[in-house]
Amino acid sequence: MFDPELMDYANRDPRLPEPVDQGNADLGIDLEQRLDLYERQQVLRQFEKRAYDMFLQNLVKGTSHLSLGMEAVSAGFGAAMRQDDYTFATYRGHAHTLSRGVPLGPVMAELLGRENGLLKGKGGSMHLTSVEHGMMGSYAIIGAHLTMANGAAWSSQIRGTDQVTVCFFGDGTTNIGAFHEALNFAVIWDLPVVFVCENNLYMEYTPIDLITAVPNPAADRASAYGLPRIIVDGNDADAVYMTALDVIAKARSGRGPSLVEAVTYREQGHSRADPGKYRPKDEVAAWKARDPIPMYHQRLLKLGASEGDLASIQQDVARRVDEATEFAKAGRHPGEEHLMSDVWADGGSAWRN
Amino acid sequence: MAELSYRDAVAHGIAQEMRRDPQLVMLGEDIAGAGGVFKTTVGLLDQFGPDRVRDTPISEQAILGAAMGAAMTGVPVIAEIMFSDFLAVCFDIVANEMAKSRYMTGGQMSVPVVVRTANGGGSRFGAQHSQSVENWCMMIPGLKVVAPSTPSDVVGLLAASIRDPDPVVFFEHKSLMASKGEVPDGEVIDELGKAKIVREGSDATIVALAYMVPRALEAADRLAEDGIDAEVIDLRTLVPLDTNAILTSVTKTSRAFTVEENPRLCGWGAEIASIVAHEAFWDLDGPVVRITTPHIPLPAAEALEDMAIPSVDRIVTTVKENLD
Repeated sequence: MFDPELMDYANRDPRLPEPVDQGNADLGIDLEQRLDLYERQQVLRQFEKRAYDMFLQNLVKGTSHLSLGMEAVSAGFGAAMRQDDYTFATYRGHAHTLSRGVPLGPVMAELLGRENGLLKGKGGSMHLTSVEHGMMGSYAIIGAHLTMANGAAWSSQIRGTDQVTVCFFGDGTTNIGAFHEALNFAVIWDLPVVFVCENNLYMEYTPIDLITAVPNPAADRASAYGLPRIIVDGNDADAVYMTALDVIAKARSGRGPSLVEAVTYREQGHSRADPGKYRPKDEVAAWKARDPIPMYHQRLLKLGASEGDLASIQQDVARRVDEATEFAKAGRHPGEEHLMSDVWADGGSAWRN
Repeated sequence: MAELSYRDAVAHGIAQEMRRDPQLVMLGEDIAGAGGVFKTTVGLLDQFGPDRVRDTPISEQAILGAAMGAAMTGVPVIAEIMFSDFLAVCFDIVANEMAKSRYMTGGQMSVPVVVRTANGGGSRFGAQHSQSVENWCMMIPGLKVVAPSTPSDVVGLLAASIRDPDPVVFFEHKSLMASKGEVPDGEVIDELGKAKIVREGSDATIVALAYMVPRALEAADRLAEDGIDAEVIDLRTLVPLDTNAILTSVTKTSRAFTVEENPRLCGWGAEIASIVAHEAFWDLDGPVVRITTPHIPLPAAEALEDMAIPSVDRIVTTVKENLD
């Protein structure tokens, strides 16, 4: 039955983050690895902030979906993956692309629609792809890419490599049919694939718990496919990294697929058009207090890193983001020669003689 | 030369390519153990084993997604969608994913997938298992579309489709499965985008595809009895489209007819009529005429289905009326 109070999202009960142990000193992750995780999160944070600034300056056109607040997930998985592994992502894919080592400049230039963009300006923010980095695409109609991830994993089996495929998607994707087809398929074919649900609590504008039969949209479905229920704190890069190492090792050793639900929070709206006003204020505040990056910063200080070490990482990343911005702004707008190219393998677009 | 049925030619063509490329794999519902619901994949499981010929659940998105993911990472795939009507279940992957991925990645991604599917009417299966949907795929930039009418074309065009680095939708016609024809010995490889003049004539050009080709040929024989010498073109592929063959023929005959099994609106013949009207207008002695299934869902009853799909009688009558 329709309940108008339920539809008043901003005044509903907020979904607050679970309290977590802030220590994490005994996970067996050394300081060097943790500094790498910190740097990865800095790259994603500073890049996304710059992308947002460039949007406000009307340099980024179209739409863009940022991962601000969700950086720990892609940083943790990116650090755990091998160079020849495969990534599949959604339209919220800037972070997953950068996490594979794709250079910042071409990614920024793609957002600006420039010829020096990663896709020559032909894909845009929602389709970031770099085959040479194993980033096999960002897909803007949710669901299909889970089935493609199965295919990449199948291909690794056929070719006799031990590559692993990691496929990221949001909580909203768990309610589309392809999610369920893909999971069943991955299990029956025993595929080396890891499905990672970034549960940021909102399907675009609608709270995920109001439209899903179970409280945890991915993890609570795992048992239907004979998979263990895995939930990880998606704001804790260490926790994500340890989980990622575990499920990737499982896949690499031929023990089949995994489904991971990383609970996190989108600090902004769904896309650039959305101020996110449907979210209770105290919910936003509580999650901002659990922002993955300041939290990780504090942890590193406790573990012996110095403010100076961390400041130098931040500054180095800031310089890289500045360089990427200049690279992108200096790119020319794609010329007519790109309009009709690359429909077919012969480089052209002819459909008749 | 060996005489093969159209259905046996499918398995023959796949086997030829699986022997050539040890990495080529196929997947689909009931294709391995059962040999396909149309018996088009009989014997392939025994010949190539369960790792290369794989049965799947009823999950059309999972089938085409797996095909696409494998293809983009270096493994060419033949995927079967049991009935072409079911393409609608997985059309996101056909129309939005495999068709667009090369263009929208700036040329980075290659998706060498062949989607084989049983198309068309004549089996009294009703509106959800009988449609002729080749025009659905023709209108999507980035897809090649093939629909053979003879066993030797099945083998040669399958080979060309499998070796093509772009995604191809390969329509096998249900009502042609039992038809027979000579297939050359040894490796058979054909070319996409080449139509065939299957009957030469000077009075009218009849352009047909798949199951409509034998009907157009029979109609041409009947028209000949009335002194009308029709040329029949088997298009074979809709994309790439061999417009040269059509325009050359129309320049000679001065009249053009299409025989299409797809429903009328935006059927493939509409594009051909447009091209002929634009590029051969001054060679025409009369309007381009389309003979199509009406714009209706296909009915199940034998009597009704036969009224809907262009028949030999309808082709003969329409051509005669328009040449008078």
